[in-house]
Amino acid sequence: MYQSHTLGLDPYQSLEPKSAYPRYVEEQDPYERGHGPYQPHEPGYGLYQPGYSPYDDQIPDPKSQTLAIENAKAYLLKSSTTSGLNLYDHLANTLTKILDEQPTNAVDILENISKDVKWAQFQKKMDTLRDEHEILPTFEAAEKRKALFLKPNGEGDEELEEEIGETPLPNVMETAFYFEQAGIGLSKDESYHIFLALKKLVSVQPLQTCRFWGKILGLEMNYIIAEVQYLEGEEEEETEEEEVPEEREKEVDEVEDEEEKEKEYEPPVSTYKPPPVIPKEENGTGANKYVYFVCNEPGKPWVKLPPVTPAQIVCARKIKKFFTGRLDAPVVSFPPFPGNEANYLRAQIARISAGTQISPIGFYQFAEEEGDEEEEMEGGRDTYEENPDFQPLSVAEMVDSLSAWVHNVQSILKQGRCVWLNPLQKSEEEEENEEEEKEEEPEELPQELQQEIGPPLLTPLSEDEGIQNIPAWTARPSTNLIPQYAVAVLQSNRWPGAYAFASGKENALEDKVSVQWKSENNTISEVNGTKVFSYARLCGIHGLSVIEPIGCREEE
Amino acid sequence: MEASSLPVALELVSGGGVGLSPEKRAVLWSSLLLLQRDYRFERVWFWGCIQGVRGAYYIAEGLGPDRAAPRSRLYSLNCVEWSLLPPVTKEMVMQAGWLKGRFQGDPSFEYEYTERNAEDAERLLEDGKEPMIKEEARVVATIEQIDRAVGVVPRGAFVKTPLGSVSENRNFEGLSLTEAKKLSSYFHFTEPVNLKNKTLLEKADLDPSTDFLDSLEHDIPQGSWTVQLEKGGAVVVLRSLLWLGLTFYHVPMTKQYGYVYFGTGEKNLDLPFML
Repeated sequence: MYQSHTLGLDPYQSLEPKSAYPRYVEEQDPYERGHGPYQPHEPGYGLYQPGYSPYDDQIPDPKSQTLAIENAKAYLLKSSTTSGLNLYDHLANTLTKILDEQPTNAVDILENISKDVKWAQFQKKMDTLRDEHEILPTFEAAEKRKALFLKPNGEGDEELEEEIGETPLPNVMETAFYFEQAGIGLSKDESYHIFLALKKLVSVQPLQTCRFWGKILGLEMNYIIAEVQYLEGEEEEETEEEEVPEEREKEVDEVEDEEEKEKEYEPPVSTYKPPPVIPKEENGTGANKYVYFVCNEPGKPWVKLPPVTPAQIVCARKIKKFFTGRLDAPVVSFPPFPGNEANYLRAQIARISAGTQISPIGFYQFAEEEGDEEEEMEGGRDTYEENPDFQPLSVAEMVDSLSAWVHNVQSILKQGRCVWLNPLQKSEEEEENEEEEKEEEPEELPQELQQEIGPPLLTPLSEDEGIQNIPAWTARPSTNLIPQYAVAVLQSNRWPGAYAFASGKENALEDKVSVQWKSENNTISEVNGTKVFSYARLCGIHGLSVIEPIGCREEE
Repeated sequence: MEASSLPVALELVSGGGVGLSPEKRAVLWSSLLLLQRDYRFERVWFWGCIQGVRGAYYIAEGLGPDRAAPRSRLYSLNCVEWSLLPPVTKEMVMQAGWLKGRFQGDPSFEYEYTERNAEDAERLLEDGKEPMIKEEARVVATIEQIDRAVGVVPRGAFVKTPLGSVSENRNFEGLSLTEAKKLSSYFHFTEPVNLKNKTLLEKADLDPSTDFLDSLEHDIPQGSWTVQLEKGGAVVVLRSLLWLGLTFYHVPMTKQYGYVYFGTGEKNLDLPFML
């Protein structure tokens, strides 16, 4: 159509090419017969462009063409009044970027590329001054980690060799390997960092045993926890701390007394008498058998947790809180918790340890020469030793029956102690002092005097009570495909996140049993390497124990 | 998380202490690929695992061309054989809400819920249905609830096209470290609820192609997420406190992101008291 109209008559020829743009307006004459100017969507639109018209080459007019191009370029080069950019440079940059990077289907993401190019403009650094080098928080963390890998100075190699024989350092990586078989555990990197951090702890403190207890996730930071025992006689003085709470109470009483004296009118005196404070257990016994060190990240300094008091354990059972990751954070709860987060953490560790540290039956046995009948009467025996004649069970047996596993940590009584202590029984001196008071008190001593008895040490797990219809433990082999090399994995349902594994030996080398067993003992001793993770564990059971106080073993 | 990035991703979320055994990792690599072939999925996500008392459900999700469309969900007990789960219905979610306690690990297990209130009982009697819930239905409902409540993607990772379908943003190059520490840079990957309620002033800064989802910023209760830098600051890890066990990871300035659930499938109803 266009051709028929313009045959022999090129519109450009007759026009004065002042500008390349308003030409459509002036060109309207040829279309008066019913067709307006071609719109961009109509076919034939492109034919107006110089170079596309079939007559362009026939009627060369280089002058007008160059002028049109120059005009177009001039227009494109106009800088925007708002951004200061011009379209020409922008298109050039965009095309350069596309050609440099050669993305597939570039047309689909043209808008984004154009946007990227514009953004890049802002990032251009026109200043000749240099920026101060950015210090990311990651650098600091990397520095701390690096310190773990440096050999301590001043130690001769000879000394190190001597130490290798009896270091209390556990083989974290080996344990991690077995847990990995069960699909539990930290990444290898992190395990290794913890390994090194434990080594640091061992080299600083005079320790007899040391174990990676586990990790607890917090809101801001996490805790990595090491369970240690000091060498005998090396334990540090902590007696001062013990008396602090009692002193405080006395002070409070005194203050109250003074106030009462000042007042003429005496309000009715509360008849409530706080239950006697139950003393905490000595370090090295009961719930304080082990000392715990925590740090937020491997490489950070280890902090020793204070020993736990029965009141803290009792209160910890009633509350359910997330850890923040800061040891000095207050624990805001009801009923109020006596202490800060460090105490709460310690109380939870005691509860978890009591509930979930287990070993295969027969691995530990009671020491035989124990003669103190009184002790047995009071709280059951609390010492055990490794059984030299231990015959590991097969994995299948360990998985099939929970009675193949026993607890190897004393259970905590309702009182908050492992060994029951009569709160009303006082030393003779105290009794003399308090005779007068006793006279005032009527004889109504409740039946609470009844001794609480927990299950003895090395009780099979099958005795554990479930929660509602959920069993306390779930046992499974790490793999069903290769049962010969499977590892028995036990998972606590009361403390989700607590796991234990045992690797039996059931492979083809049964002839060499004795050799195998002995070498395997190392692995088995890791069995009580329960790993405890996550708040899931902390809350899950905590809540349940509120609803149903019988639910937890420690409270039996 | 994307099935193809499973090994790396599991390593990044392992700070929470749970993961997959080497056997499961190995088998997932191939079985998820086959899943993609058999069901003609465009993408396969490994969703995670719900631990029951006697066994665990491993869950995978298949995505079609529209990434925001309802996803097909499959479960497996051994990571080898996968079975398709029925699509979720409102009734399922409601019924699953009545159930408490751990999963059993047996899809045909039937719950008998006795603790329901009278209204529910009447309604059920009218419907003439048995007061039984199969565990399979509970699994479906739980996955749906978790995806709805805490399924997370970083801002800008997905774009909405003018036609309404949602696809991966090819130009997404990761959040910067400062952005990655803020909850407002992460979105719920589900139909937005709060977006319509925003004021015009708040909407003014939003880009309709990327900001078509709700951000985590205003999640209730306040503080139901923890944001931590792990691996020496190399990866940002978000953990939901409402659904304990849900972990989201994102490596800043890269396209690596994803979420995975390793948990018991129980909602943490005590959350407000624990903060």
